[in-house]
Amino acid sequence: MLNFVDSVQEAVAGIKDGSTVMIGGFGNAGQPFELIDALMDCGASGLTVVNNNAGQGDQGLALLIKEGRVRKMICSFPRQSDSWHFDTKYKAGEIELELVPQGNLAERIRAAGAGIGGFFTPTGYGTMLAEGKETRIIDGRGHVFETPIHADVALIKALKADGKGNLVYRKTARNFGPIMAAAAKQSIVQVSEIVPTGGLDPENVVTPGIYVNTVVRVPAAGTAAGTTEKVA
Amino acid sequence: MSVQSNETSIQTSATPLGRDDLARLVARDIAPGSFVNLGIGQPTLVSNHLTAEQNITLHTENGMLGMGPEAEGDEIDGDLINAGKIPVTELPGASYFHHADSFAMMRGGHLDICVLGAFQVSATGDLANWHTGAPGAIPAVGGAMDLATGAKDVFVMMTLLTKQGASKIVDACTYPLTGVGCVTRVYTDKAVFLTGPDGVTVRETFGCTLEELQELVPVPLKAAAAVGA
Repeated sequence: MLNFVDSVQEAVAGIKDGSTVMIGGFGNAGQPFELIDALMDCGASGLTVVNNNAGQGDQGLALLIKEGRVRKMICSFPRQSDSWHFDTKYKAGEIELELVPQGNLAERIRAAGAGIGGFFTPTGYGTMLAEGKETRIIDGRGHVFETPIHADVALIKALKADGKGNLVYRKTARNFGPIMAAAAKQSIVQVSEIVPTGGLDPENVVTPGIYVNTVVRVPAAGTAAGTTEKVA
Repeated sequence: MSVQSNETSIQTSATPLGRDDLARLVARDIAPGSFVNLGIGQPTLVSNHLTAEQNITLHTENGMLGMGPEAEGDEIDGDLINAGKIPVTELPGASYFHHADSFAMMRGGHLDICVLGAFQVSATGDLANWHTGAPGAIPAVGGAMDLATGAKDVFVMMTLLTKQGASKIVDACTYPLTGVGCVTRVYTDKAVFLTGPDGVTVRETFGCTLEELQELVPVPLKAAAAVGA
């Protein structure tokens, strides 16, 4: 069921304590800041968050972590020069970390959306990130068994949606959006623009509307500092 | 064929190579038409030395082929960044794709070369470049393991010695591994090494002889075979 809602508050209202929440974005590109802010305001806690990073600076996911709403992070690269809120929580033992190589993270998310029960990948074989995992030699090469990552909710930023919930993205802000939309039971998408059904070229749709549940328009001017919205 | 085969007899030059000289050498060794991923840090210098005639396509794992130079001034666009989260530009013929596709093209063996930095490389090409393993260090891996395992050729760029003077080419890595047997070449300020199941071969030395190099490196070094050998 596809809903168009008028506010980000309404969009995230159904997110419950203890949910697993995928959040799109790589660095600030594609990070749905307004949806994250609304998630903060709605008060949900005990969250497991899936994102490539663990928040940067004093905005978005970093604030959610600072306020103690995140019980566990599943990510590939939590440590950055400005990831001080995660660093503090981690060193205090107040947040759990599941560290996943970036491509395994992406493929585990993809597998969830595609109904795959797991897969063998060469990435990580023979390293500490494969410890305790099933391994197999396939065509003479070591592989590690990785399982899908499912989520209750995905928060995603796209450029445009049409009336069917079809999405297009912008440049490298696409990153995790399409796979997270498919992996979560409920996909909540903020877009800069909603166009009428038929307003997107079907050949160019990146995420078909079947994967989308809630769409909210957040005007481009409201996107994060540093993001310029020069739509080609 | 992603690598130019000009491994002949061992070559030497009079002085150690600086970072830019090393980047120029790596760039020269990348075959025309290759798809290449340049890791964060020193490897990004390689892009300054790629020529238009080489027709190299740069991949950035956050989801783009055809990445151009770093963006400046009005070109800066928060939606167009590289894996180091630096604003970049797009070249004609660029394409965008999602993360799973980006790593599938890497894991699937479609990328010819990746160039990475390293803490240590073992005699058989094991790579350690993501984690010191120090107590209290917050581990962060990013795409390092995927790059090391996925590209057809993995080139490492690093200084041969640590600040304390220890060789970074080692018998077995003491830092946590990034990948097993994945490195094919190591470009350093003192020599170019070829690594593989049969151990370490020296292709070129810079400012030292093979014998002097051997005194610094704790694994047996072979000289590259002469032309036609």
